[in-house]
Amino acid sequence: MDTDLTKESIKRAPENKIIEIDGLHKWFGDLHVLNDIHLTVYKGERIVICGPSGSGKSTLIRCINRLEEHHKGKIFVDGIELTNNLKNIEKIREEVGMVFQHFNLFPHLTIVENLSLGPIWVRKVPKKEAEETAMVYLEKVHIAEQAYKYPGQLSGGQQQRVAIARSLCMKPKVMLFDEPTSALDPEMVKEVLDVMIALAEEGMTMLVVSHEMGFAKSVAHRVLFMDFGRIVEENTPDEFFDHPRHERTKLFLSQILH
Amino acid sequence: MTESQKHSIQTTEGAPVIRIGALQWVKSNLFNGVFNSILTIVMLFFLYKVIPPFVKWAFIDSLWLSSAAQCRTVNGACWSIIPANIRFIIFGFYPHELHWRPFLAMIMLVSLLFYSKNRNHWNKYFGYLWLAGLFIMGLLMKGGLLGLTAVESDQWGGLPLTLMLSFFGMFAAYPLGVLLALGRRSKMPAIKTICILYIELIRGVPLISLLFMSSVLFPLFLPEGLTINKILRAQVAIILFTAAYIAEVVRGGLQAIMRGQYEAAESLGLNYVQKMRLVVLPQALKIVIPPSVGILISAFKDTSLVVIIALYDVLKTTKATLANPSWMGFSPEAYIFVALIYFLCCYSMSNYSRRLEKELHA
Ligand SMILES: Nc1ncnc2c1ncn2[C@@H]1O[C@H](COP(=O)(O)OP(=O)(O)OP(=O)(O)O)[C@@H](O)[C@H]1O
Ligand SMILES: [Mg+2]
Repeated sequence: MDTDLTKESIKRAPENKIIEIDGLHKWFGDLHVLNDIHLTVYKGERIVICGPSGSGKSTLIRCINRLEEHHKGKIFVDGIELTNNLKNIEKIREEVGMVFQHFNLFPHLTIVENLSLGPIWVRKVPKKEAEETAMVYLEKVHIAEQAYKYPGQLSGGQQQRVAIARSLCMKPKVMLFDEPTSALDPEMVKEVLDVMIALAEEGMTMLVVSHEMGFAKSVAHRVLFMDFGRIVEENTPDEFFDHPRHERTKLFLSQILH
Repeated sequence: MTESQKHSIQTTEGAPVIRIGALQWVKSNLFNGVFNSILTIVMLFFLYKVIPPFVKWAFIDSLWLSSAAQCRTVNGACWSIIPANIRFIIFGFYPHELHWRPFLAMIMLVSLLFYSKNRNHWNKYFGYLWLAGLFIMGLLMKGGLLGLTAVESDQWGGLPLTLMLSFFGMFAAYPLGVLLALGRRSKMPAIKTICILYIELIRGVPLISLLFMSSVLFPLFLPEGLTINKILRAQVAIILFTAAYIAEVVRGGLQAIMRGQYEAAESLGLNYVQKMRLVVLPQALKIVIPPSVGILISAFKDTSLVVIIALYDVLKTTKATLANPSWMGFSPEAYIFVALIYFLCCYSMSNYSRRLEKELHA
């Protein structure tokens, strides 16, 4: 889908920082998965992260909402530093939505219940109001008619749209996507990307791990390329795709673009 | 909500039904092959040898309401032992003129259980209803209030005792077992170690020895003069025992839940308790309904072991009846009767579990 998404310039001012990662390191045993990562994300910014398998992309964004613990360096989200403080972790998770490769919907709950669970228990929204909000977001991802079904009764593309809506119901300030379309059949990829593009148009701050280059070109402000736990290259999508600087990036791009 | 759910149910054309004659059925199910034919014939012969004599003994030659002396004159079953001793078998040494009280308490328990079968009834007041019910049942059993004569618990026995031990055994053991299972998977080493130790220790000893310990060893450690009610001690032993087994079953269920479910719950900002209660446990406990009910059923039957600490459960009162010289020797009849009581309870449990499973699979 070609959008005339205006990539309005992002105000890169200190007060506009939403995520700040400084000198981040992480190990899995002997494996140095994240090696000295520096990354600042500003409000409204959309970043696509790509790189070969095992390069640490998932681990990086999972550190942002503490699904993975980091070992060195600092992470600030919305001004709060991520430490072992459980209260802070929960506060950050409230503000950071996450969409997984395999949807991870709750199979024992209906779609509306999936959507209203977080708002009811975390944000303490009254049940009725939470369900109304849920319906609004289901409408947004074009799936309102499935509200009372269970996740198992939906197609992969529908499930992923529900998962996006579930995160949105928490009214997050940042959305993290970990390869949201790579578990989907090709014909369902577009419906999910369309939802994400619509979200981008509304100005959501997004970090997307994805190899959908069309999406990156039309939506991202910046593309990051990771390899061996490092951010190897970082550029605007046009520069990134047309004039990659590093050999690794060139090789990678030639592989995924055939 | 129900409206849209109806729409979501897909109608499928029934598969074509093949109608076959009775003869065809017999041929294809009982005589398909030499081995099966021989097996069928042997079974038929066996049934021929067993069933007619049993029917003759149990129904044709039997006596239902007679004295013990009359029974001795016939070859059939003497079911009369049941009506003649029913009150002792059911209520044990509970004062005779007060039998209506445990009777009423049992009726209440059974009605409450029946009422609870329908999950639509599980609303806000449900808990209060049970609390009130349990209080009244306790009052009926124990008395000593509102003009009811007090009945000490060492006079309790029979079926009310069996039901009580198993009911509280199950309903306290289940949550305790779930907590132990969660503890065993905890990241905190102290909690984890305690839970593992507890589970493995308890599973390493038979229930009988726990009951012995509770009745013989335990009082040794209590200060002089302080005694804890014998029934309560047996009850605690049963709860502690059952909980360890429930814990292992629930742990299996927890392991079956994908990491993605935990992560999705966490990424919404749910805290540990919410994550477990709303996302993980509902799924895990559903998976383990069949094995849990298996454990609850054996816990129910295991309550009969309390005889060894001289409690009179329904099996023991039956035995005691048979010790009465005039009714001596009619044990098959008496035991068949208790077996039926046990079967009825266990069958209802497994029946309900199957229903619950089906409902939750919607
Ligand atoms: N829980 C874990 N324990 C041990 N090693 C892990 C764990 N999670 C990831 N790894 C390893 O860390 C490395 C980085 O993993 P990560 O999932 O971040 O890669 P990725 O860039 O997302 O790859 P992909 O494109 O395949 O998703 C991989 O080599 C992986 O095997
Ligand atoms: Mg990954």
